[in-house]
Amino acid sequence: MSFTPLPVHVRTARLVATAVARRSGVEEALLDEVRLAVGEACSRAVEAHQAQCPDEPVRVELTGAKGRFEVVVTDAAAAGQDDVTSPSAQPAGWPGPGNGVPNGTSALDPSVPPQGLGLAVIAGLADDVQFARTPAGLSIKMSWPTTATG
Amino acid sequence: MDLKLDHHTRDGIEVVDVEGEIDVYTAPRLRELLIELVNNGHYQLVVNMEKVEFLDSTGLGVLVGGLKRVRAHDGSLDLVCTQERILKIFRITGLTKVFGIHDTVDEAITARKSEK
Repeated sequence: MSFTPLPVHVRTARLVATAVARRSGVEEALLDEVRLAVGEACSRAVEAHQAQCPDEPVRVELTGAKGRFEVVVTDAAAAGQDDVTSPSAQPAGWPGPGNGVPNGTSALDPSVPPQGLGLAVIAGLADDVQFARTPAGLSIKMSWPTTATG
Repeated sequence: MDLKLDHHTRDGIEVVDVEGEIDVYTAPRLRELLIELVNNGHYQLVVNMEKVEFLDSTGLGVLVGGLKRVRAHDGSLDLVCTQERILKIFRITGLTKVFGIHDTVDEAITARKSEK
């Protein structure tokens, strides 16, 4: 599926992904993780598109095969906004113990988290995740085990 | 579910009740409320998240932004949350060490009062 890069559509995208995950046999206990990880990936893509290509839709692929439910969220924002090589390191710019003040947040609005925080959340949630930067944009592939035989 | 926001003063501390989903679409409303409260001189905040059904990194950013704003006035922003699926996000991002997270509003207020 693909959708216009608007924040209001992110909720629908994550609800659809969660419903398909359930139908594909992902355990109930993992559905919250699917919902959050897909929401984070779509939010990141929407923000990237709004900054660079607001007329281009965000692409989301949902597939279930070989005991895995796989989600691929692909944006078309060619210029890199994230350091996808080390998503787990991104929270380093986030508040550390004792200070509570973000030092890596947006210069425009201190309430806006650094782009990589969403990626760090995805990395922490998905059972398996791969980031791929292509000339067309960033692709985030996530997957979870299923109990269905396919 | 959309986001519902309410707030009231209790023992001199402003309690913000949040219900629903905090994401990239709804988080700006929470941000605006927190900014409004700080601008109106409320620097001791408790955000009650017991009825929050979904929270993503955008919502975390709003809470951190609120914390930054109240701390600029020597204030505080504590959270009330017992839901494991929400707490998990705070743990993944290391924010459990940044926010005071309590089981009830009473506990949050008592803890804040005892620090004064």
